[in-house]
Amino acid sequence: MSKLRNLTTASLRWTWFVLLLSLAFGYLVAGLSGNRQPEIASLADESTNGSLRVAPVSMSAVSRIQESLRPVVQEINAERLQRLASLGLDHSEPADWLTICRRLSLALVGNGLSLEEIRGLEQIEESKRERVHLENLLEDQRFHHYWAERWSRFLVGTDGGQFIVYRRRRFRIWLAEVFAANQRYDRFVRELLTAEGLWTDKPQVNFLTATFDSNDGSADPIRLAARTSRVFLGLRIDCLQCHNDFLGNVNLGHGTDLREGMQQDFHQLAAFFTSAKTNGLQGVRDGEVDYVYKYLNDDEETDVQAGVPFLPELLPEKGKPRARLATWVTHPDNMQAARAAISHVWALMFGRSMGEAVDNLPLDEPCHPMMDLLARDFVAHGFNLRRLIRVIAASEAFRAGSRAGFEITSEHEHNFAVFPLVRLRPEQVAGAIIQAARIKTTDRESSLFLQLQTMAGANDFVTQYGDVGEDEFNSDSITITQRLLMMNGELLRDLVEANPLLNASAHAGMFATDSQQIVDLLYLSSLNRHPTPVEKEHFVSRIDCSEDTEKAIEDLVWVLLNSSELAWNH
Amino acid sequence: MSINDQFNHDAFCNSQVHLSRRTLLGAGAGGMMMSSIARRLAMADESGATDPAKPKSVILLWLQGGPSQLETFDPHPGGRYGGDASAISTSVSGLQISELLPQTAEQMHLASLVRSVTSKEGDHERAVYNIKTGYRPDPTLKHPSVGAVLCHADQGGADIPRHISIVPNGFPGRGGYLGAAYDAFKIYDPAQPVPDIRRSVPEPRFEQRVADLYDVVESEFQRGRLRQLETTRTLHRTVTEGALRMMSSQQLGAFDVSAEPKQVLESFGDSPFGRGVLAATRLIEVGARCVEVSLGGWDSHITNHSLQSSACGKLDPALSALLKRLEERDLLETTLVVCGGEFGRTPTINPAEGRDHWPHGFSVLLAGCGIRRAGLYGETAEKPTLDPDKPMADVVNPVTVGDLHATILTALGVDHEEELETPIGRPMKRSEGKPIEAILDS
Repeated sequence: MSKLRNLTTASLRWTWFVLLLSLAFGYLVAGLSGNRQPEIASLADESTNGSLRVAPVSMSAVSRIQESLRPVVQEINAERLQRLASLGLDHSEPADWLTICRRLSLALVGNGLSLEEIRGLEQIEESKRERVHLENLLEDQRFHHYWAERWSRFLVGTDGGQFIVYRRRRFRIWLAEVFAANQRYDRFVRELLTAEGLWTDKPQVNFLTATFDSNDGSADPIRLAARTSRVFLGLRIDCLQCHNDFLGNVNLGHGTDLREGMQQDFHQLAAFFTSAKTNGLQGVRDGEVDYVYKYLNDDEETDVQAGVPFLPELLPEKGKPRARLATWVTHPDNMQAARAAISHVWALMFGRSMGEAVDNLPLDEPCHPMMDLLARDFVAHGFNLRRLIRVIAASEAFRAGSRAGFEITSEHEHNFAVFPLVRLRPEQVAGAIIQAARIKTTDRESSLFLQLQTMAGANDFVTQYGDVGEDEFNSDSITITQRLLMMNGELLRDLVEANPLLNASAHAGMFATDSQQIVDLLYLSSLNRHPTPVEKEHFVSRIDCSEDTEKAIEDLVWVLLNSSELAWNH
Repeated sequence: MSINDQFNHDAFCNSQVHLSRRTLLGAGAGGMMMSSIARRLAMADESGATDPAKPKSVILLWLQGGPSQLETFDPHPGGRYGGDASAISTSVSGLQISELLPQTAEQMHLASLVRSVTSKEGDHERAVYNIKTGYRPDPTLKHPSVGAVLCHADQGGADIPRHISIVPNGFPGRGGYLGAAYDAFKIYDPAQPVPDIRRSVPEPRFEQRVADLYDVVESEFQRGRLRQLETTRTLHRTVTEGALRMMSSQQLGAFDVSAEPKQVLESFGDSPFGRGVLAATRLIEVGARCVEVSLGGWDSHITNHSLQSSACGKLDPALSALLKRLEERDLLETTLVVCGGEFGRTPTINPAEGRDHWPHGFSVLLAGCGIRRAGLYGETAEKPTLDPDKPMADVVNPVTVGDLHATILTALGVDHEEELETPIGRPMKRSEGKPIEAILDS
């Protein structure tokens, strides 16, 4: 009897123990897995309920959407021409459709076109190829996930944070859903600023918990104020954390009533985030503003009230603190906040900011007329990110050639008289070379083997190439480390050497009918253009004169993958 | 001096000549690369034999995160702000440093301490920029770090990169407005081989690939595009040439610390930082001009003593072994050692037993290259008033970051006041400060 009792007690204890372990494990791994398949929104006009109506893709829908963009695109083009004329700058002719489609692919999915995509586009009328390609990309999961990663960098940076309270991957997948559903920009900004709950259950809460590591397990109001200011307001007011602006770098206020930035401006903004309280297993909950700070030169600490650095009349008087802030940031009359959104989307499309920096749009400097027009259109059309992308993609600034009959200077680039030459980011280079070595589009529909190879290869490559972290839009040239990696690295070697399962070198050798076709195919898959007659003659001769065709093809692939044309957007 | 002019003519020779197809293919077996290497080695030997003025180099031991001056080079034990670290005597009479650096204490006769560095930057990113470049962050201009300035000022050749960052900690030295060509070449733990340095195909085939790349594809890319695309934007050919030189260089052996006796390896400490510092001494011997070795773990907002102790445990053997080795090899006359971080830490200890950021009086150690031996400059108060209105009141002989840079450049024989021209034609002094004459040998 006693044995039975002991056995029962031991069983119960072990059951409890296993149950507790399972709970703890479940808690820890929650949010590590992906979400359900994101609901794909399609071409649609904006609605008012937060998401956009789904509609099937069709050529007529493509034409209708383009028609609706025409007025604002014309205005933007006129502003560009007027500015160029006033500066006495000539401008280039539009680029060819393949070049523009490559730009769209680089901007939206992070790599160039696949040969499969090019062949598909060649089946339709040339004048419609750009638009169809854009619409295809907007539907593509690669776009949702690529932009989710880029926006994650804007919103939470690249640090891993504290695993126990922060799931960057979960956050990124949530953002992918946002882009897949084409959720209104103002809505997702509001969700971030007012997030409540557990970081595993409510992914947007990770916007707050990403800062827990520097504030003893609570949302760090300082970091969140700096982040909010840069991403959502396009203002760098970080220096006001420690002192008033005595150098004239930060001017706040509004319109003609500008004033020097004060420490209070920064800390009043930070105060909103002190209302995000950590409440054990309930995660983040709303509370009251509770912020005390000792300003420089003050003898005593100040009880800081929540406030905004400009346009205070747009801030609701009542409501939960973070909800008030969200209302202010997303207010249709807060054009500075809208411009910040434009600045980030523009930078993702071009690979460089419209002005000096993506997160620095000083209130005391005139807004670029193109940005102002885009911001007004963005607000007037329900903060629709896809519309914004379409407008930018249709503009002459985006479609301009990077070549011209006149001598191009950086002033031409700065004023978008030509498309600026922009170095690709490391993951874009990785994506571009992996895609370049394939015939088909590498995406989530690819074989598991290919996906694993792509993922592992790209990650190692990016690590060695040098991830630029949050320094998203620097324009530095290539380094010796990067050239060594491109010339001798493992990923390049795998992609260049003939491998019938994995790369275009082997496919070209096996399926092309002659050397001319091989050269054409490899140029298209790597540089997304046809070879010039000189190039074609040279490399056809190389292949024809070689005793080993396979090696000659490998050599050509190596040359193309090592070219600056592959590593730069042009 | 125009940066572009100097860049074109000095920094990388004339890449058009170096990489023309005729040069590549006409050089016969061994080709351009081996000829180039042989020529450079010969020139190096020749210059070493006839030029008595050896080029100067700098080894920067970068303490990322903000080391506490009170737990390293400026202890005030026993007082309200002293913390748990006591002070020990050093090889310099009357000079005490923290007990956490016992081996370094024995080498202090080789160095000067500056205990009064001040800055206006209390944020890591901004402060790192400030200390590494000598200028405060400016949204309109990216300044070069001291390694880039040195490499730009003296274009003496080496096949390996002359500006190197070992175990970079997020902020390796950058070329700034001098260009990415002056960015530091990054390597990680020297226990591992330098990555991607070996060709995957035989040399003649590799040379043909390179020739096809430049003679056919790159020349087509440049057609009709941005003026001076190569020199002002991509640097593709220029950097490739540097990579090719490096691939064939015998100087690569300098990265390999496994060639050193076990006893030497152990003396620098069994850590990536220790191995990195040892590699730094080997690299400057083959022509590197600035080697930066990073050590993190200093950002002690909580449990300050424990974190500082741990970081000092890695710094101490490496720094002391470095000074000793340079002295023994007669390299201290031509090698400047700089050891410090972006700021110091608060005298006050916070409730989490941590110290926070403190730019109002922190320490930097300098040695070699005409830096006075057994020198000491500046001091911080044992009982600071901590008056926020007068942060300098607690510092004797305050030194600005600009002064520190002027001192470093002067020691290295570089005119710190010379104006360079930025890409948009803006004149910019190499440094805004004044050298600390008191620690420079006259």
